Formats: sequence, structure tokens, C-alpha cells
Amino acid sequence: MELEVAKAAIEAAVPGCRLEMVVNPSPSAQHSLLMDAEHAVAVATWLRDAEGMRFDYCSNVTGIDWPAKELTEKVKVKKLVDGPNGPEEKEVDEVRKTLVPGFLEVVYHLFSVERRDGPVVLRMRTVDREARVHLPSLTGVWRSADFQEREIFDLYGVVFDGHPDLRRLLMWDEFKDHPMRRDYVEPDDYEYEPTAHDEVLERARQHVIAAGGRTA
Amino acid sequence: MSAASVAGEVMEELDAAVRPADDFGEQLLEVSMGPQHPSTHGVFRMNVALDGERVMKLKPVFGYLHRNHEKIAEQETYLGSMPYTDRLDYFCSITNNWAYALAVEKLAGITVPERAEYLRVITGELTRLQNHACLIGFLLQDMGASGTPLMYAFREREKILDLFEALTGARMMCNYMRFGGCRVDLPAGWLEQARGVVAGFPKFLDEFEQLLQSNEILMERTQGVGVLSKELAINAAVSGPMARASGVNYDLRKVDRYGIYDRFAFRVPLGAHGDVYDRYMIRVLEMRESVKILEQAMKEIPGGPIVDPKTKIRGFRPKPGEAYGRIEAPKGELGFYLVSDGSANPYRYRVRPPSLINLTVLEDMCLGRNVADVVIILGSVDIVLGEVDR
Repeated sequence: MELEVAKAAIEAAVPGCRLEMVVNPSPSAQHSLLMDAEHAVAVATWLRDAEGMRFDYCSNVTGIDWPAKELTEKVKVKKLVDGPNGPEEKEVDEVRKTLVPGFLEVVYHLFSVERRDGPVVLRMRTVDREARVHLPSLTGVWRSADFQEREIFDLYGVVFDGHPDLRRLLMWDEFKDHPMRRDYVEPDDYEYEPTAHDEVLERARQHVIAAGGRTA
Repeated sequence: MSAASVAGEVMEELDAAVRPADDFGEQLLEVSMGPQHPSTHGVFRMNVALDGERVMKLKPVFGYLHRNHEKIAEQETYLGSMPYTDRLDYFCSITNNWAYALAVEKLAGITVPERAEYLRVITGELTRLQNHACLIGFLLQDMGASGTPLMYAFREREKILDLFEALTGARMMCNYMRFGGCRVDLPAGWLEQARGVVAGFPKFLDEFEQLLQSNEILMERTQGVGVLSKELAINAAVSGPMARASGVNYDLRKVDRYGIYDRFAFRVPLGAHGDVYDRYMIRVLEMRESVKILEQAMKEIPGGPIVDPKTKIRGFRPKPGEAYGRIEAPKGELGFYLVSDGSANPYRYRVRPPSLINLTVLEDMCLGRNVADVVIILGSVDIVLGEVDR
């Protein structure tokens, strides 16, 4: 399916949705559609059910982390510079820095079992990487997103609103950080999952102290 | 007030304090199955809530084998991750290599020479044979058929692993594919040996079928157990033999026609009931189809180079972009999603693990069944924890 055609069809079917083509310059030419979070569930449901679309098979769901980055560009600026005959206007190179804010991205790869078509690639982006990391869950549309969205929540920290059971999938529940983020720093000392063993050791230590012994 | 009624009241109060009168029937027993349990095929855990023997709730717990494969691969060069993909589904290292090579080839626009495509099909289908044979062995082991079927399967697997060892130097961690081809060509006499193994395979299947197919215990234990509907299978993106057992006609070898699969005549077996028995049968039938593909491929294999000479191996830096490549691995749709930023290592490297996604519907299949059925339903999903937890 040509993505341009799909985009026009979605825009006609889901009023108010904002879609944007994301061109993929690699030889694979798998272009994608960037959806706004507000209409994502409506767009997904329509893509799944509409005649001629029937993208009933959401194969792959994954996250990507795009941290904030600084873009530097050289700009020629006219400036007054002190010359031998007093101030004069000259073209001077100036380095201008712009900060592109970071965000988290979620990518869905859709296929159609019925029409043997695909992939159609959908993307959604969070506003930033810290506070506004909420996106709508598409688990209600495709069950296959269930564990995969949990994995993204676990490893990237995207919070999926409307997910039936949003818990960490691979890391343990007490774990704090999101290891797949680009700026994740491995701890020097891993905080292991507390076990009954730790408690016993601590009680034994207290016992030794109470008895007037020395502990390491 | 008579003494008898006072005594009755006291007894009632006592009863209420000890045990709420009608609460007994509603108490569920929580059982943690795994992670160290032979039927979980690795370190997989299910928290099961039981009403007597019946499963009322089942929540899988993952992560015991998690080592963040994806993060490690993002810090490694593209080729550097190739041997590491062997460790995902350690039963089928060659198909893991293939899926990764296919994704990179899509990302960088690399072509694969004819002979290499044939080598990929031959080794890939041999992988499928040994995986399905072993899975059936494990499934029957879970059912209590101790040893015999599994050892029959392992005997066949051994022959195939010998072939892999002769070709790649390793029995399980083959590290065989390269971007744009394969690592080594066939050694002398390999093809004859492989022909012998493949020719002997249908005999093993006949023997297996004679032993099991109409076995009353097997039929009792598997028919109508763990039924998965076609609609749910599609909606939950269940793939591979499990989806086809539910009647979903979706075999990527036919749908995507990646590599040279459009050249071979083979059929896609489909199940009608979506129960454990169908999942077992689909694998038996798929092995027969794989034998057909192997016979054709080994007859037609041409000479020529095994790797595209234009492929740059050192300093491999694909242009910025992304690609999703997928193949029909023995366990289902194995996909790799790669994002390149133009540097020597992938910006994003994602494995789409068929085992994990097939487990999405585990609870739906197990509800209302007995604990003993949970074991064989899990066995029929065909999981490998190296891939589930990554």
C-alpha cells in the first residue's frame, strides 16, 4: 500500500488527526506516518477495521530514544568591526547553537494477514523525555501490543495510558531507571532484588552487635 | 432463652471467627510455577491462581534471563552482533543469523548471490527440522512420555548438528551468515552426507507417527486443550506454527517470499481446531514440507560465489535510515528492526521475538484448564527463554 494513499484515506476518515510523512532515506524505503497522540487510537482502529486497509496484524512495537541534541551551524553575520579607519561593516562567521529538545518515540509495524500487505509503519512521539512521557496504549486495538508496550514502559519509560496491566516486563519491579535510554548509566553496585536472605543477615549482624561483638 | 440456643449462637460466632462460613469455596490458591521447573523450558515463571485444579488466572513473569541484548548490540558494530544473535533462540542459531542479515541487507541495499541463497535455505530448513523434532520430543516429555520420543528426536537432531559442525565449526552457535551471503562454502562431501540425512528423515517421521499419532493417551491429553481462536491469534500477532494451527494462513515464506522461497514447491499445512493436537500435527506436517524444500534445494544448488564481492565488511557504515526485516523462523516471525545514524554501530537494534509475543495469549488458552494442561499448553507454544527475555 502506498503510504501517501493511506495518509489521505486516514485524514478523510478520522477528522482532525494530524499526520506527517517521515521519509526513510535508506534503500529499504519503509516510510512511516507520525500520528498525534490524541487521535492515535481512532487512527489505529480505523486502519484495523476499514475495508481495503484491514491492518489486523500489529507485528512489532518498539521504542526509540532521541535525547536532546545541540545543532551547531555557521552563519555569516554583518558586524561593525574596528578597522584602521574607524569602525567598518564586515561579514563575520558566527557559530550559532540551537537546542533540539529530546523525545521518546514508539514505532508500530502493521501488516495485513487478510490482504497480505505491509508493512505500514506508525510512529508516536512524547513531548519530552522527563515529565510528559504519556502516550495512548494501542493494546485495546491489537492485543500483540500488550507485552511489547510493557517492555517499552520498562526499558524506555513511556507511560501508556489505557494499558490494562502496565508493569515492568523484564526488569524487577523495584528497579528505578530505564536501561535502554541513551543516557542510562550503569550503577557501580547493582541494587539486587531484596531477598529474605538480606533480612536474615541483617538480624544476625544486630545480634552480634547486641552481644558486644564486632562486625565487619 | 434456652441453653441450647445460646450454645448454638456461641458456636456460630466461633465459626465466623475461625473461618467465614461461605468463604471457603471462593479461596484461590496461588501457585508460582517456575522459574526452576523442568516444564518451563528454561527460567520462565507463571503465577497461577487455582480453584482446586482449575486455572482461574495466569500471569507470566519474565526477565530471569534478561541481559539487554539490544543495548549490547547498540554498542557493538553491525557485524559484531552476528555471533550474539546465535544466543537468542539457541536451538536455531542459523535462522537468527538469517533474520539479522536480512534486516541489514534491507537497510544497506545489499544483494545476495544465488549460491548463498541456496545455502541459506538448506541450512535454514535443516534448522527447522531439528527444532520441530525436538519440540515434539519436549512436548511428549511434558506429557509424561519419559525419554523415548525425546531421544528419538535427539537422535535425528544429532545427525543435523553433525552437518552444522562440519560446515560452520560449531554445533549450536553456528554464526554462519554474513551480510550479503554466508561465511564458508560447503566442504567436500557435505552435500552427499546431507542428502543421506534428509532422505532418512521421512522414515523417522513415519516411525514417530506410528508411535504417536493415534496414541490414545496423546489424543486424550491434547485434543480440545488450549484452544486458540483464529481471530485472537491474528489480533495478538501470534505467528509461526502456532498461528497456522489456528487456521491463520500466514507463512512468511509464502507471504514475503524472501530469499528464493518462491522457487520451491511446498504447501502450508493449516489446523482447524487450534488446540494442542493441531499444534503438534502442524509441526509434523511442516517437517515433511521442509524435507520437500530441502530435496529441491539440494538438487538445484548452483556454483558461484557465496558472498557479494561488493559488500564492504571492514568499516561497514550503512546510510542513515531504518529497516524492518523478518523471516519465518521455526518458532514464528523473527524480525529485526534497525535504525542507522550513519555510524559503525546501529542507533537502534530491536529483536521481535516470536516466543515472547506468542506467550501473549497463554492466559487465554489456559483459563479453566487443569494445572497439568498448563504444562503441555506451554510446551506447545514452543518458547526458548534466550529469546523471550533477551
